[in-house]
Amino acid sequence: MAYSEKLIDHYENPRNVGSMDKNETSVGTGLVGAPACGDVMKLQIKVTPEGIIEDAKFKTFGCGSAIASSSLITEWVKGKSIDEAGAIKNSQIAEELALPPVKVHCSILAEDAIKAAISDYKTKNGAAADAAE
Amino acid sequence: MQRARRRVTLPDKRVSEEAFKMNELKAKPIYLDYQATTPTDPRVVDAMLPYFTEKFGNPHSRNHSFGWEAEDAVDVARGQVAKIIGASAKEIIFTSGATESNNLALKGVMKFYGKKKPHMITVVTEHKCVLDSARHLEQEGYKVTYLGVKDNGLIDLEELKAAITDETALVSVMGVNNEIGVIQPLKEIGEICRERKVFFHTDCAQAVGKIDLDVDDMKIDLMSISGHKIYGPKGIGALYVRRRPRVRVIAQITGGGQERGMRSGTLATPLIVGLGKACDILSNEMAEENARITELRDYTLQRFRDRLEDIYVNGDEHERVSGNLNISFAYVEGESLLMDIKNIAVSSGSACTSASLEPSYVLRALGVDEELAHTSLRIGIGRYTTKEELDQAVESICVAVERLREMSPLWEMAQEGIDIKSIEWAEH
Repeated sequence: MAYSEKLIDHYENPRNVGSMDKNETSVGTGLVGAPACGDVMKLQIKVTPEGIIEDAKFKTFGCGSAIASSSLITEWVKGKSIDEAGAIKNSQIAEELALPPVKVHCSILAEDAIKAAISDYKTKNGAAADAAE
Repeated sequence: MQRARRRVTLPDKRVSEEAFKMNELKAKPIYLDYQATTPTDPRVVDAMLPYFTEKFGNPHSRNHSFGWEAEDAVDVARGQVAKIIGASAKEIIFTSGATESNNLALKGVMKFYGKKKPHMITVVTEHKCVLDSARHLEQEGYKVTYLGVKDNGLIDLEELKAAITDETALVSVMGVNNEIGVIQPLKEIGEICRERKVFFHTDCAQAVGKIDLDVDDMKIDLMSISGHKIYGPKGIGALYVRRRPRVRVIAQITGGGQERGMRSGTLATPLIVGLGKACDILSNEMAEENARITELRDYTLQRFRDRLEDIYVNGDEHERVSGNLNISFAYVEGESLLMDIKNIAVSSGSACTSASLEPSYVLRALGVDEELAHTSLRIGIGRYTTKEELDQAVESICVAVERLREMSPLWEMAQEGIDIKSIEWAEH
């Protein structure tokens, strides 16, 4: 299978690999996928009180496309508000990395992961977020 | 001869990692996929060459020397193929490869005997061409029993005995599995089949040259053989069909009635000469070659075990051919691992069924956890593999596994003592 240069770059030099303390209230964690399906993505975001994502980290078990998709999305969400980050579509990831059709599910997983991380952050900060509105 | 050898040797070991990466496209890859195919032995090529040019005759031409010359060469090759499995030359039918041989054995036998005995038995871990032939037979109304395997990949003989009925015409069990390299108990199976008067076919594409085969001792009635798995050319194979007691098959390719009417079409003399020569070489060198490969295999496995934890060998560790190492590297997905070691040609259990992303059906049949099935590599060691190549492959694979584990959330959980089975995963 021929992969795009961007994809290979993200696979060979993945950005933002790592973990944050999931118990911290400023950290939202998304864990999606399943080992039996061959891919699991863990995506974490650290959010400022103003609702801006100041840092993002990932760990992924999966094919090269899954690793590249998660690396790319951590790059994209940094500096964005959680609403902007939540609006990222899998099709944008698929297009940026030129994912072959059989690998489009990797981009869907990345979208699911960021949504799950945001939702975890919101749940944790439910009271605070409501008060701010 | 030199050229062919060089193609499978190592890139210079002194080349640094850096330079190696920069020259990735130029770097010579290491071939460790001998179950997929093998390079043609230069001695085989030498034997074949004259039959493309000056000795080009049609072996079926009965009235001139060109034909006789080709016929003589085919006769010699037939004898060489027969010898390695303890058969007589008259029992060898040349085909285009093991896929055709398997098709002819299953469809040919069932269509001849199926009116009275419409049932056959095979195994879930067989090669796709056997399983697919069985499926086609089912669609035509024949009955097929698919035996499962134990967690070491071997069939349960009691289960086989229980599956045979008065309507069973054929049992088809492969000699050696292509993915995990386990050796089925052919002699015991042959015994059971003969006693119940059922024909025994075995796909030995991966077994010839790897284990001792004797069709009489093992009571085998039909056997499929492949050329390119044994350092012969692609596009040639054979089917052994027993003459006493006689096994009849309905031809699947009809025409001029060659090969005793079982397989029409002009014989491919150069390819047949190549298959014969490949068998001849194995007859002389097999024991020595397998001893060398076993040593390399055990050495490689030990090196992996010394370096990495949480690795598992798939398939029985003892009842297994020398050249096959199928290992699950837990917490690392096989396809990403392959991508990291692209200078090393191996197969992944998750990608080996071509474009499908499903984990290997063979590993699943063994009851290998699905998450482990996604993490397997098949490392195939063969005639031209060197210890240096294996050292380099082990190093590359270990570096890749370590890097990918650092990136793997499952590895992280395992390190934290979280049982990944205890998590409710959303299967997608």
